Amino acid sequence: MTMGRKLFFKIFVLVLAASFVVLAGQAMAADEKKEPLKQYIPVISYWTGPFAAGGSGIGGGWEDFMELMNLEGGINGIMYEWEECESAYNVARGIECYERVKTHDPKPIVVHPISTGITYALIPKGIEDKIPIVFEGYGRADAADGRVFEWAFNFPTHYWSQNTAKIKWIAMQQGWDGKDMSKMGQYLKGLKIANLHIDVPYGQETKPILDDMSKKFGFKVRHFPVPWPGIDQKAQWMDIARRFKADWVINRNWGVSCTVPLKEAARLGFPSNRILGVWWCGSEEDVLPAGPAAKNYYATNFHGVGRDFPLIERIVDKVYGAMKGHISFTRVGSVFYNRGVVTGITMHEAILTAQKKFGVKVISPEEMRWALEHMNITKERIKEMGAEGLMQPIKTSCEDHEGGGMIFIQQWDGSKWVNTGDVIEPMKDYVRKMVEESAAKYAKEKGITPRDCSKVK
Amino acid sequence: MFYRECGNYKDSYASDMAIFPIPLDRYGFIIMMILAFLIIPFTASDYWLSNIMIPFYCFGLSAIGLNILAGYAGQISIGHAAFMAVGAYASLILYGRYGIPLIPSILGGGLVSSAVGTIFGLPSLRIKGFYLAIATLASQFIIQWIIVHWQWVSGGVFGTVETPDMKIFGLLIDTPVKKYFLALGWVVVLAVVAKNLVRGQLGRNWQAIRDVDYAAEIIGVNLYKDKLIAFAVSTFYAGISGSLITFCYYGAANIEEFHVMVSFALLGMIIIGGLGTILGSFFGAGFFVLLPIGINQVLGNFMAVVPSEILSNLEAIVFGGLIVLFLIVEPYGMARLWHTIKDKMRLWPFPY
Repeated sequence: MTMGRKLFFKIFVLVLAASFVVLAGQAMAADEKKEPLKQYIPVISYWTGPFAAGGSGIGGGWEDFMELMNLEGGINGIMYEWEECESAYNVARGIECYERVKTHDPKPIVVHPISTGITYALIPKGIEDKIPIVFEGYGRADAADGRVFEWAFNFPTHYWSQNTAKIKWIAMQQGWDGKDMSKMGQYLKGLKIANLHIDVPYGQETKPILDDMSKKFGFKVRHFPVPWPGIDQKAQWMDIARRFKADWVINRNWGVSCTVPLKEAARLGFPSNRILGVWWCGSEEDVLPAGPAAKNYYATNFHGVGRDFPLIERIVDKVYGAMKGHISFTRVGSVFYNRGVVTGITMHEAILTAQKKFGVKVISPEEMRWALEHMNITKERIKEMGAEGLMQPIKTSCEDHEGGGMIFIQQWDGSKWVNTGDVIEPMKDYVRKMVEESAAKYAKEKGITPRDCSKVK
Repeated sequence: MFYRECGNYKDSYASDMAIFPIPLDRYGFIIMMILAFLIIPFTASDYWLSNIMIPFYCFGLSAIGLNILAGYAGQISIGHAAFMAVGAYASLILYGRYGIPLIPSILGGGLVSSAVGTIFGLPSLRIKGFYLAIATLASQFIIQWIIVHWQWVSGGVFGTVETPDMKIFGLLIDTPVKKYFLALGWVVVLAVVAKNLVRGQLGRNWQAIRDVDYAAEIIGVNLYKDKLIAFAVSTFYAGISGSLITFCYYGAANIEEFHVMVSFALLGMIIIGGLGTILGSFFGAGFFVLLPIGINQVLGNFMAVVPSEILSNLEAIVFGGLIVLFLIVEPYGMARLWHTIKDKMRLWPFPY
């Protein structure tokens, strides 16, 4: 060995030894600390990788909300305690995070995977470990059937509801008044809608419901798959704009692939106000890189945007005033950030519901599950919290784990997202039928007997 | 000393052909086995068993497979995760939908993957090096596309097949300890098979092909046959490891678990661990599975003082730095490091 190598080797051995010492110290420290009077929440998110904009925004918003609650006296005096775990949007790492937080004492009362792939893996684990898995606005749509998916929740709404709302909204843009469902078909007749989706299970989820609706309402839908990660969409766009001559495009991508369509559309002269994005393609991070090409682009959402809500202002005042924020200040009020805050509010309300029933204490996952199923966030309560316009009322039940369901439409004005004021109600009965069919199929495959909700208190 | 020979004392064919020629390795192997079978399962926590050890074994097995192909036979594959996916989906379908017992299902997953792998190995008969690497990269995307779009396989639009309850002769495999033993059993058996395979005639043929393929052909190695066998064996290992990791760890087969980054990680494992060594596959798997989690947990101590964005990126920086460091310290991989230590010990106290 030469000198340099020896030195390298010594450094390596030292680093290895030091890390062992630190790990051992950590294991011992874990035994020592016991503070049962804190409500433990794991924040499994991602601050690295191609989707970091989404993960860090949601994680930061949620943590800021919990920080604010702690500053304002906790949940009836019980403080939040949370732990971050980096999943890098990677299924294996997400599972590792889940198993790591699972061993915490007290047990985590809820797990948000913030990734459709991780959600799929965690749903069976949640049943096994009796930990509620909540996926707000992602994951599988059929988890809305609470009889089959006892431990999974997808309020306030899911992809299938979203797509019926999108079709309704498109009909409204075509001149429909938005009231008489029987007349909706005639506005959609002959319309060509391109479903541009990323070719992973997340992107495919809405294909059947769009196909079914196209038969029902007489419009034409064609699916344009974009291979992962979707940086190059030239061929698809040539097809959409020149050959298929789409009237409307549904942009169902994620991360970097959300931005590409806007640029491609501009290049081909396709109007950007005829593109309607999924809510994961409707953030500042998605449109800013496209520059002026993004102006007038529409996106769906299930919560409000901006900072003009008393709750967000309180976060700005108190949390950022005390220099305790968890994200760079400029991102406060951005779409993903607000999504994190809404996540925080729903979890907070669920814990309050549980405390009402089981008493003010650190609640358990089982109690949390009950509460998630009996949550009722009313308009008045939202106003009281200072989140009017930021979120929609949610009322869950044993059958219905979706709860809310309203879809907002927002438009990019070139510098910020503007809520168009359109609040669309999805075709609830129609979606519910599909959800139940799909859930029944799942129950049959897995051998689950659906619960009888009339017997559940 | 127990690691020393001090001369060539081999007086029988048996001792010449021993897997572990020096006592250090022999005892070391026995100690490792005792550790793996008797101590770890009964002392480690569930978290360690199900999140550290099981993925470690499964990726180790997959790395052995890739090492056979890339390290021994010299045929690079950048699509190995896809073959893991084939094994995972195949064994889940065999077990879940056709009710074939668990062990034959896992075996079946390996065999299906092996059949698919042989087909994708066909280009290797005409092309090699970087060109073959690109061809195998294509296999990753083709397989991924087929699994996503063939709804019979992926189980509808959600693209996910969940594992049913696992039973072997009526025994329910539900706890992490039982899953650990299931994974460990397969890994030990297949690792021993692999070790013997690469020591035998076939393994020597592979190494001849790897070193200079036309020379190998001149001395009578059937290139076509042996290259295809290398693909078949390698993807068989990948298939088994894919089905094991799905059954014992993920709990559901989802194509996002087997995307191209996993293929790259596998390639990284065998390069860091040591190309052309069985032991190195485990070193590499350890490096890629344990180290990021270790770094993450150590950095977790600083959660209160460092912003989360920096903390998360720090993990990638430290991990990347360690990869570079390792390649500088020992370009031939961690197994070579171990080999160097052993060689020195054999001559100790007079190393040259």
